[in-house]
Amino acid sequence: MIIELGHFALILALFVGAIQICLPAYGADRGDPRLMHVAAPAAIVQFVLVAVSFLALMHAFVTSDFSVENVWANSHSAKPMIYKIAGVWGNHEGSMLLWVLILTLFGAAVAAYSQNLPLSFRARVLAVQASLSTAFLLFILLTSNPFLRLNPSPAEGQGLNPILQDPALAFHPPFLYTGYVGFSMAFSFAIAALWEGRIDAAWARWVRPWTLLAWIALTIGIAMGSWWAYYTLGWGGWWFWDPVENASFMPWLAGTALLHSAVVMEKREALKIWTILLAILTFSLSLMGTFLVRSGILTSVHAFAVDPKRGIVILAILAVFIGGALTLYAWRASSLKAGGLFQPISREGALVLNNVLLTTAAATVLIGTLYPLALEAVTGAKISVGAPYFDMTFVPLMLPLLIALPFGALLAWKRGDLRAAAQRLAAAFFAALLVGGFTMALVRRGPWLAPAAIALGAWVVIGACVEWGVRTKAFAAPFAETLRRASNLPRSAYGMLLAHAGVGIVAIGIAATSAWRSETVQVLVPGGTMSLAGYQLTFLGAAPARGPNYQETVGQFRVTRNGNIVTNLEPSKRIFDVPRQATTQAAILNAFSGDLYVVLGDAVENGRFVVRVYFHPLVRLIWIGALIMALGGALSMTDRRLRIGAASAARRRSTAPMAAAE
Amino acid sequence: MVSFLYRIKLCVVFIGVLIISLNVGAATSARAVEPDERLADPVLEARARAISAELRCLVCQNQSIDDSSAPLARDLRLLVRERLVAGNSDADVTRFLVDRYGEFVLLRPRFSSQTLVLWLAPPMLLAFAVLALWRRSRHRIDTFALSDSTSALTTDEARRLDKILSGLRERN
Repeated sequence: MIIELGHFALILALFVGAIQICLPAYGADRGDPRLMHVAAPAAIVQFVLVAVSFLALMHAFVTSDFSVENVWANSHSAKPMIYKIAGVWGNHEGSMLLWVLILTLFGAAVAAYSQNLPLSFRARVLAVQASLSTAFLLFILLTSNPFLRLNPSPAEGQGLNPILQDPALAFHPPFLYTGYVGFSMAFSFAIAALWEGRIDAAWARWVRPWTLLAWIALTIGIAMGSWWAYYTLGWGGWWFWDPVENASFMPWLAGTALLHSAVVMEKREALKIWTILLAILTFSLSLMGTFLVRSGILTSVHAFAVDPKRGIVILAILAVFIGGALTLYAWRASSLKAGGLFQPISREGALVLNNVLLTTAAATVLIGTLYPLALEAVTGAKISVGAPYFDMTFVPLMLPLLIALPFGALLAWKRGDLRAAAQRLAAAFFAALLVGGFTMALVRRGPWLAPAAIALGAWVVIGACVEWGVRTKAFAAPFAETLRRASNLPRSAYGMLLAHAGVGIVAIGIAATSAWRSETVQVLVPGGTMSLAGYQLTFLGAAPARGPNYQETVGQFRVTRNGNIVTNLEPSKRIFDVPRQATTQAAILNAFSGDLYVVLGDAVENGRFVVRVYFHPLVRLIWIGALIMALGGALSMTDRRLRIGAASAARRRSTAPMAAAE
Repeated sequence: MVSFLYRIKLCVVFIGVLIISLNVGAATSARAVEPDERLADPVLEARARAISAELRCLVCQNQSIDDSSAPLARDLRLLVRERLVAGNSDADVTRFLVDRYGEFVLLRPRFSSQTLVLWLAPPMLLAFAVLALWRRSRHRIDTFALSDSTSALTTDEARRLDKILSGLRERN
């Protein structure tokens, strides 16, 4: 019964969506406020309906109702509760429902919190947002319905892929989708602006909080996915340039560029046309990612051709929205007025450089991801584009970005003074050199480029500190003055400093762990020892154990350093009951200098085991840095000026006297 | 069948263990590489690892044979080491595998007419963007200069400006 209710709510949501497209759009064109006022309540009703249907599906998973095909195919009664809940989005149909849930949630949030938007503009934004959610509701109902029943009902389900039964991965999709789908806000605002043919700095202020929210969620989502890969996949790799990863990374790169160009637009009214295009492209990349992951085209072009129904529908959605948006852009962009002028060496110029490098990087990832598919489709030739390609093309684009970052933040708007910025950064430059030299002296092995990369990361972090010093006149003014200035700095400034420092920290982590990772593998008898990176491991033996829905073999290791016991580690190998599949659970010792990563391999005769041990220096900085970036974004979002809905109030205040003067 | 293969595997591993126990302190290496696969010569083993990282495990999704624990990846790893022991150069080994499995086995596609766009697109895009910006900024500076020299305010504009400024002063 509850399932049918959910199914019915989903169909209703489709119709509400259709109303939310037509009436407000018609009303906005006719200037009829009654029709435009339909948009906001419709958006909220649509969200409530999708939420009801989502909860109905969740109820079926929680109560293990195997008469629902989706639950039967993806769940099992013996699964821990957290994975029953996460199982809702651990499959194609459920994850698409989550996608639409978040899409309508953003629509409802605009309806609820953006009452300061001009009525016609809000009506158009919500109509565009509804066209997206309606298209995907149609997709779910036609090709991926999670509410189909089985008759007779099976007694037991087929279980969730064990590799997905992990706390970080359970909550990875909601974050990722909030990021992906959150960029739909920027898209809807861009289309609405093109539609109205009017765009100004206020647009950037309206869009910024939503884009920032999406960006924060995507940053956390990608970091969680990478963290999961690190400890699950058995040797500590944290990024594989896998098409699925690329699908989330491309919108992140474009979204990062969008956040920066929106700043220029907000402060200086420049780059307006470009920012609109970037908003369209960012969400287009999100849609592209959804297509890549959900159509099955990645597994093989042939698998896609065999059962193309889903893929074709998503492709059609993709073509309509991306094609339509770009056509509208080509048609209307010329009618938008170009904004303020600036010299190449200026804050705007630096942000343009940021945009050039980030969008080129996003394009590179896109080409590398799609090229094998396109080539096979056109010529039938099969090639692979793997990590070595991306390392060669992507990394060189990031180096100038990191070098320029501290300069850009110190340049003035309109016309900057590069020499003055360089003088202020001299201290950071020498400090970074010192860090590089110190690293070289400390490790004395590995590629010579690695200390340079560490120095580059340090340059960005110290550069952020210098910028704080310049803004607060630290050491240049009396302490009380510095303190006053520090407390007067807006939160968005602190957010930016923090996010930039996070970038440097990530760079340090990547450089260190890529250059100085060490590894060893041995076959050990109980009592046997091995050593790596100054640690000695003693294998105490392995014993079977039983988990809630798996059988495991747990290895016992004592870790010592210079004869002192550090800890005991217990890596294990699990074999799940349903489906019968094995996973490895690495045991990780987290130390200041890096992670000691122990994996229990296959059993050999007589209680011997293959044991793999890795040392990943400073690897945690990658995720700590990413979290600091997200934290910076969050801090910036709480800035009074940028809070959701604050923009238009501020705008009204600032434009009122001008109007009076005219 | 499976148990038979497993027994063979055990034998191989056991022999491997014997070899290792004779070679205490030999080159260390890991990822998916099994202890019995490693070569005694650390230089050769390092070359094998470097080659393996660039070769695709053909039955896996986007994994190198160095990372994958699939049986085919193991066969390829052993094959690479076999060729290296036989005295092949790195390029020989790669060519041998491409002849056998096609370009698909290479994670870093070779530069050819088929991959022209793949390799050239990123630098071309960057160059194009920089060129466009450079031309635009020159154009902009020209217009700057132009407007500085020609456009003094008309009396009407000056009056309006005064009005606006006085309005602002009152506000402050």
